[in-house]
Amino acid sequence: MEVFKTHRGIVATLDRANVDTDAIIPKQFLKSIKRTGFGEHLFSDWRYLEDGNPNPEFSLNRKEFKGASILVVRNNFGCGSSREHAVWAVRQYGFRVVVAPWKMEGKTQVPAFADIFKNNCVKNSVLTIELAEEEVEIIFQLVSKNPGVQATVNLEKERFYLHYNKEMTFAFDVDPSVKSRLLSGLDDIGLTLQKEKEISDFETRHDPQIQR
Amino acid sequence: MPKTLFEKIWDKHVVTTLADGTSVIYIDRHLIHEVTSPQAFEGLRLAGRKVRKPELTFATMDHNVPTDNRHIIADAISRAQVETLTQNCREFGIELYDLKSDRNGIVHIIGPELGITLPGLTMVCGDSHTATHGAFGTFAMGIGTSEVEHVLATQCLLMKKPKTFKVEFIGRPMNCVTAKDLILKLIGEIGTAGGTGYVLEYAGEAIRSLSMEGRMTICNMSIEAGARAGLMAPDEITFQYIQAGDRPFAPKGGDLEKAISYWKTLPSDPDAKFDREITIDASQVVPQVTWGTSPGMVTGVDGVVPSPEEVKGYSAKDVEAALHYMGLKPGMKITDIKIDTVFIGSCTNGRIEDLRAAAKFLKGRKVAKGVRVLVVPGSQSVKKAAEGEGLDKIYKEAGAEWRESGCSMCLAMNPDQLKPEERCASTSNRNFEGRQGKGGRTHLVSPEMAGAAAVAGHFVDIRKT
Repeated sequence: MEVFKTHRGIVATLDRANVDTDAIIPKQFLKSIKRTGFGEHLFSDWRYLEDGNPNPEFSLNRKEFKGASILVVRNNFGCGSSREHAVWAVRQYGFRVVVAPWKMEGKTQVPAFADIFKNNCVKNSVLTIELAEEEVEIIFQLVSKNPGVQATVNLEKERFYLHYNKEMTFAFDVDPSVKSRLLSGLDDIGLTLQKEKEISDFETRHDPQIQR
Repeated sequence: MPKTLFEKIWDKHVVTTLADGTSVIYIDRHLIHEVTSPQAFEGLRLAGRKVRKPELTFATMDHNVPTDNRHIIADAISRAQVETLTQNCREFGIELYDLKSDRNGIVHIIGPELGITLPGLTMVCGDSHTATHGAFGTFAMGIGTSEVEHVLATQCLLMKKPKTFKVEFIGRPMNCVTAKDLILKLIGEIGTAGGTGYVLEYAGEAIRSLSMEGRMTICNMSIEAGARAGLMAPDEITFQYIQAGDRPFAPKGGDLEKAISYWKTLPSDPDAKFDREITIDASQVVPQVTWGTSPGMVTGVDGVVPSPEEVKGYSAKDVEAALHYMGLKPGMKITDIKIDTVFIGSCTNGRIEDLRAAAKFLKGRKVAKGVRVLVVPGSQSVKKAAEGEGLDKIYKEAGAEWRESGCSMCLAMNPDQLKPEERCASTSNRNFEGRQGKGGRTHLVSPEMAGAAAVAGHFVDIRKT
């Protein structure tokens, strides 16, 4: 897995909540048996017109967002299907970081990203950053006023720096296990296989109730 | 200390816990299908790894399968995906229920049918509707392809322990209010991210009185509330289901007795603590119909299309976009919404009971003029059982199309798709933009509502029928 330590790039915004993985990568692109070639189909139904030309109304097609590698979205990004193809599309388009807000509903904090999507991001070295709704709103406004603005993400320090004519810093929290995996680039399967003895011991005492 | 059902299963499957709090969790059953597995097998090959326990993985083909003639896949890329699964299963020694098998079907339908799904197990599949199997008291969840590879290689997953959320449905539902309506109501209440980070446990009188089919419908859509898994305590209804029919992988005789006595220990202890709880009065739930492009955009059939400002959990902008896509205006009565297509099937509502329920509304009647009705059994076993009862005749005489099994128009990866602006009453699980075909408009409903809408050409308050 690719190491993630710091990243600097152009920030693009997509002003929609509940973006589902069907929208991120429509099903007609799930038929591939390869892990590559998904970037050009990211948000395909929104991104292209019927004739195949870029849809000028779609925010990622703005010329200021060309080459963007940090995506800022609204809450519950990546809901729906478990398809990892969605993360492959995000990553292969060029995004290394996705920022979304959590939401307070009464006393409950509603997470910014859907579980499976977030998990799939870690496996592909894409960093998901969760901020408060007000903070993400500030980023939306600053990007709107300064299109093409860049940001730097420092995973070690858990800081997001937005560089416009000034600099604004946002602190974020990342699960320590996710952080260490991204910083080291360690492969999960390799990590688990270090526990081979524990797994074998477990198998000798555990009954998986299979009848053959 | 008192434990929840989930905690009992979790504790029994922790292989070890790492210093950072991540646990290595043992996986008892792994289901795979053609769409999310090819890259996982390729990863194994590239790393020179083997499948650790091929006898715990089961494969089927469902997403790409044509439902008219299942043996001719016209789309070359779909065909390649199906053929790749066959080759991978052969190479790695995995049991496959292919298109020639009479036990083939949608992965979440055949798991329970074959007795692969049992209480107290951990179960995963590269498919978000794996939560279905939670109806048996199985900790079952969807995973991505990297995790499919991880399970193939290690028979384990790395996981942080999720939180628990108890959903209690008190009271008895009204006539024609089904499991589908209860789960849609819950999603409307807590939102499509309300369950994110939690394992849901469904409880209460309205759940206990449901059949296994109804319970599976509810657990299936846990992911539409954001939860990777939904669970229900196993009981006599569960045990009877496991003993009924031809379930080759289920325990029998003395093994079954032993298993049942263990399964009886699984339900949550009376004073077990959950991280969150909600109570819903099932007796107040009316048949539900979604009107938007997110499963939480739902209302009762006696209601109207809401105005953008009044929808809980969605911004006015999101609701406006959804109504625009759906071609609906605020204030319109739900029963005035006319449909072009009806889809009866999917891992949510493609079981025998679902096909019986919809057929009741079509028996001796005709499908409304101009409406296309597609009936797709969830598995070849469901199809055979339905034909044994004459359900196929009821559907065909009414003017519906009776098809072979598969995922079909739930996600429209096969040729069964909506055209732009076509409006569908669907028993499936997602009303996302383009889900059933680019530009298609999906309304999620119960099989009963789908059957009634097929005849009327619009939604109907079926409580009055």
